[in-house]
Amino acid sequence: MAVECVELKVRRLEEAVVQLIRKAAIELPSDVKEALWKAYKSETSKIGRIQLKAILENITAAESAGKPLCQDTGLISFYVRSRSIDHMAVEKALRRAVVRASRLVPLRPSVVHPLTRLNTGNNTGNRIPNILWMLEDIDHMEVTVVLKGAGSENSSDLYMLPPGEGVKGVKRTVVEAVVKAGGQPCPPTIVNIGLGGTVDLTFKMAKLALIRPLGKRHPEGGIAELERELLRLVNSTGVGPMGLGGRNTALEVKIEYAHGHTASLPLAVNFQCWADRRATLRIHPDGSAEIF
Amino acid sequence: MAEYRLKTPLKEEDVRKLRVGDSVYVSGIIYSARDLAHRRLLKLAEAGEKPPVRLEGAVIYHVGPLVRRRKGRWEVVSAGPTTSFRMNKDTPRLLECYPVRMIIGKGGMSGEVAEALKKRGAVYCHYPGGAAVLAAERVKRVVKVEWLDLGIPEALWVLEVEDFGPLLVAMDAQGGNLYEEAGRKARRSLEKLLAGLT
Ligand code: SF4
Repeated sequence: MAVECVELKVRRLEEAVVQLIRKAAIELPSDVKEALWKAYKSETSKIGRIQLKAILENITAAESAGKPLCQDTGLISFYVRSRSIDHMAVEKALRRAVVRASRLVPLRPSVVHPLTRLNTGNNTGNRIPNILWMLEDIDHMEVTVVLKGAGSENSSDLYMLPPGEGVKGVKRTVVEAVVKAGGQPCPPTIVNIGLGGTVDLTFKMAKLALIRPLGKRHPEGGIAELERELLRLVNSTGVGPMGLGGRNTALEVKIEYAHGHTASLPLAVNFQCWADRRATLRIHPDGSAEIF
Repeated sequence: MAEYRLKTPLKEEDVRKLRVGDSVYVSGIIYSARDLAHRRLLKLAEAGEKPPVRLEGAVIYHVGPLVRRRKGRWEVVSAGPTTSFRMNKDTPRLLECYPVRMIIGKGGMSGEVAEALKKRGAVYCHYPGGAAVLAAERVKRVVKVEWLDLGIPEALWVLEVEDFGPLLVAMDAQGGNLYEEAGRKARRSLEKLLAGLT
């Protein structure tokens, strides 16, 4: 009986996550769409405006055709928040959902062995989908899915700054990284930054920044101020939409930090392209669920 | 900034006329090729063997399409450009071995590729990255697919397109290069920004 009950829950979760992935692949979150509209209206470069117009038209076309808005449906990551998690059952549901969504949505099979380059054909593999478990004191369970393409991930990097360089070093590195990346991560991008920790944690911080909606500032005033300042600096570079020049290089800069070693200042810069595909499933204690 | 409608196979004189900033719509056949397909094309050329497609006056599209099979036919669902940088190394050789006239991608290509485009009489066109459903709507049908053993994204897809565009000529056969220009400007503002940092 108990086993059946778990299996039923796994099935329902799997079903809901297939829908979640479908939504993420086809429809951008409203915060991203709004930011893109604002970028289009404020863009002064003619070529830049053409890029943003195509992006906006593509968003509408994808929604009305029910097709993935970018062919690179990426590597899939899940962020699971709950007070207590039945890891094995949830992981099983998530993996199965990815396999099914790959066929149903459909998603492009993009997962390969790092060395042989053999494609697994169903977007799962060793440790993929990537699942981040987050124990939190909440009554419901939340699953956020992120579809991350290679263009933006390939431009990402980790920098071990001399701690003495401080805030100035952080600003310099971020702006240099944006100029170096140019058009590769499909700007306008969202620049997600992780600071401090050991290097795994540094990147994890950048990924936590990634799932925070645009326009929502870090709760600490000093960090929020740095986010604003970095956004201003990045958009003064003139890299512009698709790296072809213009004033909209980034839609947002977000920072998360962990305390770190007194002798280190690790900085992770994780680019997210304009196709910032994420969606969240919330399951309430009574079993009802919503996707947003 | 003129607008052109071109039919494949492209003629060298038509391509040499194009200037950066022009917009182009292509109709006819285009070939998808990414890292692995480039490698294989070069291997064949080196071995003196013929590839399974005719590349005279060809258009190469840097894309790993999202496709599905319906009623026994391939259908392109979503097909925007991939980052062209990854093909920098193989492209000058490719242009030497095959009379390709146009490359479509995103992000631009290296100085060596720019040189090769000039020498061979070819252009690099930009398509807005991620505008993949718009691009797929211009694909009329999948003519055939070769080299599926490379995986769906890396295979060589032969696509029939109609008015595929608007493509922005970003690197022309005269040495014009929009990315270079934008990059140079960005590096100049970077210097100023860095000098003013507090
Ligand atoms: S960088 Fe993003 S928008 Fe551009 S092709 Fe990759 S996934 Fe699509």
